[in-house]
Amino acid sequence: MAAPPGAGGRPPLEIRGLVKEYVPGTPVLRGIDLEIGAEGITAVIGPSGTGKSTLLRCINRLVEPTRGEIRLRGEELTRLSGKALRLARRRIGMVFQEYNLVERLSVMENLLCGRLGYVPLWRAWLRRYPAEDIARAFALLDAVGLPDYATRRADALSGGQRQRVGIARALMQRPELLLADEPTSSLDPKTAVEVLELLARLTGEAGVPVVLNIHNVELARRFARRIVGMSQGAIVFDGPPEALETAHLRAIYGGEDWL
Amino acid sequence: MTGATTTAATPTEAARPARAAADPMRPLAREWSRFTPRQRLARWLVWLGVVAAVAWAVRSIDIIPEFLADAPAQMADLLVRMWPPDLAHYYPAVHTALVETLHIATLGTILAFGLAVPVALLAARNVCRIGPLNWLAQLVLVASRSVNSLVWALIFVAVFGPGAAAGVFAIAFRSIGFVGKLLAEALEEASPGPVEALRAAGAGWGATMLKAVWPQVQPAFWGIALFRWDINVRESAVLGLVGAGGIGVVLNDAIDFFQWDRVATVLLAILAVVLVAEVLVNRIRARLI
Repeated sequence: MAAPPGAGGRPPLEIRGLVKEYVPGTPVLRGIDLEIGAEGITAVIGPSGTGKSTLLRCINRLVEPTRGEIRLRGEELTRLSGKALRLARRRIGMVFQEYNLVERLSVMENLLCGRLGYVPLWRAWLRRYPAEDIARAFALLDAVGLPDYATRRADALSGGQRQRVGIARALMQRPELLLADEPTSSLDPKTAVEVLELLARLTGEAGVPVVLNIHNVELARRFARRIVGMSQGAIVFDGPPEALETAHLRAIYGGEDWL
Repeated sequence: MTGATTTAATPTEAARPARAAADPMRPLAREWSRFTPRQRLARWLVWLGVVAAVAWAVRSIDIIPEFLADAPAQMADLLVRMWPPDLAHYYPAVHTALVETLHIATLGTILAFGLAVPVALLAARNVCRIGPLNWLAQLVLVASRSVNSLVWALIFVAVFGPGAAAGVFAIAFRSIGFVGKLLAEALEEASPGPVEALRAAGAGWGATMLKAVWPQVQPAFWGIALFRWDINVRESAVLGLVGAGGIGVVLNDAIDFFQWDRVATVLLAILAVVLVAEVLVNRIRARLI
């Protein structure tokens, strides 16, 4: 897997003063400054409703930011629209908590959905995907451990298998950045670890930096190179997993009975 | 289990306050009733309204007692005139009309889908986010349904002249409302997750509709198509009464000339076709899901 283009120079992702208000006057994100480096997993932790998901969705504009700048390798994303926005989105892969596969399509077609930003509509309609896309899909199916599942329908898969397909679909885009929004929250503990191992290995091999929203602090410590702690729409901790101490967790989640 | 809890849990105990008053366990006996007094009054008023409406309706339709008493004899007479059915009349007259009826139903259904799909896309609030357009599309759907197919047929007979073309358009325009409403509902029920995933991957509107929305509404689409075709076979059988082609024309002629044995043949033919359509549609639908 090739390194993303233009790897030198600008950092993959720069966020400056990002504010999001769903209701005017009550910001969910209160001026986020964040820079994501060229590789590894950055885990974002924090209590529910603190804006982790909103932060991720602002990056690929599934949610419209209210103010601030988001730069993908120097390109400002917040003002893009139409075709330019689609071209930017296809450089950013996303993995979802509820997998968001198209249930009635086969695993292969779900993977090829990752190429919809690249292939013209008529090819998608007639299922005439380029041979290299299909070859890559097969390679990714092998890589995520589902070599014989190409023709299975997505609704016949287990949760862990679905998330593997979700990861493969995101990597089909050959993304420069991967956003993972609670990818393991719907999975059992063992499967969650397996899926995160897979995510870490494949994105490591491809040199794709990952922003990972995650509830589970232990998993965040185990897989991330860097942990960003959020509380009430602001970043209150940013550092390596070793530096994350009880005092920080208290600041992030509040209270201490749970610790 | 103590006596106190048994008393409290027995509804018959609570239902008899007179006995419960002397009961030292009285404070533990909690009362439960299905409706509040206000709800009981409301229910009683609704029933009163229903009875009043039926009474009013029966008075206003002006049943003539002699005719009502006479009805069984008249029915018997009609059935005797119908028996035996004039089966020789079936081919070619009834047969040709029957085939024409099926063609009207099929073409009308296809035309209806062609017209209903864009309206449904405009009516579905998750597909079209422009409020006034949603509203306009809903208006079109309601308008289509508010006019009976016989009335549509009268209109199109005036436009195209008598014949099957008027029937096809009558069926189509009547079906738009039904098909469009159900399709719009299926679209609105589509899960937003896959749509979001494909947008996030950089897919355009067309690709998102094709790969995230269409697979989700596909079963509903074919289900609606079969169901509507089934209804349209029955509806197109009567369109001939106003000159819009199909087997209704033959039926109308037979009634006008008091050829009740021919009427029986036509009715049997319609029954057979409707039964076959029903069985066919159920079989296909079972496979579809």
